[in-house]
Amino acid sequence: MKRFIGFIKKEFYHIFRDKRSLFILFGMPIAQILLFGFAITNEINNVDIAILDHSKDVTTQKIINKISASKYFSINQYIDREEDIEPAFKKGKIKAVLNFEKDFSKKLIKNGKANIQIITDATNPNTANTISNYTNSILQNYQQEFNKNIRIAYQIIPETRMIYNPELKSVFMFVPGVMTIILMLVSAMMTSISITREKELGTMEILLVSPLKPFLVIIGKVVPYIFLSLINAIIIIALSLFVFKMPVQGSMFLLGAESVLFIITSLSLGILISTISKTQQTAMMISLMGLMLPVILLSGFIFPISSMPMPLQVISNIIPAKWFIIILKSIMLKGVGLTFIWKETLILFGMTIFFIVLSTKKYKIRLE
Amino acid sequence: MKTIGYIIQKEFKQIFRNKGMLPIIFVMPLIQLIILANAATFEVKNIKFSYIDNDHTSTSRALIEKFNASNYFNIITNFPSQKLASSAMLKGEVDVVLEIPQYFEQALLKDKKTNLAIRINAIDGAAAGVENVYINQIVKGFNRKIQAKVLSNSLINDIPSSIETIPLFWYNETLNYKTFMVPGILVLLVTMITLFLSGMNIVREKEIGTLEQINVTPIKKSQFIIGKLFPFWVIGLGLLTIGLIIVKLIFNIPMVGNFGLMYFYTSIYILVVLGIGLFISNFTDTQQQAMFISWFFMVIFILMSGLFTPIESMPKWAQFITEFNPIKYFVEVMRMVMLKGSTFIDILPLLLKTLIYAVIMNSLAVWSYKKTN
Repeated sequence: MKRFIGFIKKEFYHIFRDKRSLFILFGMPIAQILLFGFAITNEINNVDIAILDHSKDVTTQKIINKISASKYFSINQYIDREEDIEPAFKKGKIKAVLNFEKDFSKKLIKNGKANIQIITDATNPNTANTISNYTNSILQNYQQEFNKNIRIAYQIIPETRMIYNPELKSVFMFVPGVMTIILMLVSAMMTSISITREKELGTMEILLVSPLKPFLVIIGKVVPYIFLSLINAIIIIALSLFVFKMPVQGSMFLLGAESVLFIITSLSLGILISTISKTQQTAMMISLMGLMLPVILLSGFIFPISSMPMPLQVISNIIPAKWFIIILKSIMLKGVGLTFIWKETLILFGMTIFFIVLSTKKYKIRLE
Repeated sequence: MKTIGYIIQKEFKQIFRNKGMLPIIFVMPLIQLIILANAATFEVKNIKFSYIDNDHTSTSRALIEKFNASNYFNIITNFPSQKLASSAMLKGEVDVVLEIPQYFEQALLKDKKTNLAIRINAIDGAAAGVENVYINQIVKGFNRKIQAKVLSNSLINDIPSSIETIPLFWYNETLNYKTFMVPGILVLLVTMITLFLSGMNIVREKEIGTLEQINVTPIKKSQFIIGKLFPFWVIGLGLLTIGLIIVKLIFNIPMVGNFGLMYFYTSIYILVVLGIGLFISNFTDTQQQAMFISWFFMVIFILMSGLFTPIESMPKWAQFITEFNPIKYFVEVMRMVMLKGSTFIDILPLLLKTLIYAVIMNSLAVWSYKKTN
């Protein structure tokens, strides 16, 4: 036991000696969560649009005023001819063009019907769709004003309540995701590198011939990082509470315990990576190239998993981050207890065991 | 010139000698491109829908039938009470709960107006907004049907005048997300590979100690750096080529733009990335540090590139930061040229910025590389 403690001490020395890495380790997650918490949003604000008004009458002017008054759009330019639409899009500044047909007011009053084309740059389908929906609802409001003298009979009025996030803030969606990604990548990267480093420098052989059992060598390597990641997790949770005003409806203790579990899962994944790679470079490329995009894309951090094609929904189950994001959202926003998230917890636990067993199997204790 | 040739030869040998790295450089990115491009969709489908019918009349059933028929709501559960629905919502089993109140039909016939309670799980605010739009559309369609039925029976001729909107989705009529995401993900993979490789390269020689050996040779600073970077530049362009073939063959994304222009821009762009990598390499002592820093910048570059979430919606200060994000320019140019067929003149401002960026980063890299300690 004394030997083991000595070994852990050595690991801490290694970490604290390298001031630059230490600074990076703590500084970066803080910088990232602050940056992303504010900057990542898929709400739509101030989209630049252009107007092509063939009638230039009272009604179209009123509609244009309504649109420019909304916070979603800002009118960037007025176009006179249809031919100018294409070049305007190609320059890439504007995202939509509203095209009012000729004699708009006249047609609206006489025929009871007038047309507006909403031409959107659909290279971004999400923005295009949202712009189209927003314009539609602005126009509908205008229409209601226009028709306010006519009583519309027989209608069902839906009363919608947005629960867990009544203001539809995208912070609530993204902060748990950012937290997960930072914890996962930092933990997996750190352990995988620290073990392969010993291999590459040749000091691993020294450790192997020491009386310390190989299993304890690995544990000793991981313990300091559990400690460091935990501090990281606490800082991140504190930031999301105080800076982003994320609520924690559920138990703070449960949140902490689940975070520790997830950190251990990520660390054991790091160990697995280090047992299969010979050099630091390979270990880093696997933990960066192999983990970064799959974790960002398949964890439900940005893109909803339920909309993905079936095979990908299945694959997403093996991403530990997916389960932790569900756990975080459930505890923080829904305020549920362990009875609702025991399944997710069990899955993370199982993954951890799996990673550890596999790495002990793969871990070579003999010299080559 | 001959010296550079030898260094390039040495670098290529080192890259291709490491059998563990080859699949990571060439196979992993392409597999990710093929698989992950399918994951990146904001479309809201397969909404888990549930209802509580407290009315049990023909009208309430007709309304539920409307939701049943829609393509968006495909998992439909019926809850007998609100309590059960709430608990299912907590477990994440349902996204939307529609509650039809008692005397729903009666109120509609008597007061010509009735309410409907809808609860949406809004943790994903954007998806909740879209779900709300879908629900409103369905209810509105249902309203129109009842109104039409009543109006045709009566003599009232007060048809409200309406503004018809005709949405036109240019460049991507079917609103296909792959068209949007595939070029962007390709850009990410090219950037990641070139940045990580160049960022770790010189610092690796430092750590192993071979850099000192090179430093005592008569080789010039600029020769050394060009020799170091050229192989990665080639690898980057090679990845782009394979990627473009995949984009065409597997995803069948329309490519209306000029290939020469894409390659011309990419060749300049990779210089920026390599410059950044080299600069990181010069300022760190160990591969671990180099990796952490490249990782830090990579995550920022990816998430603030406008690839996944729109830049226009970011706060002003964050938009300013994105001006320094090379991936932002690359994503924009690729989308413009590939999907819209933008020409040289259209991308000129972006090209110039990238060029200036490349010059600055590479001069910094050469300047910060010191042969003596």
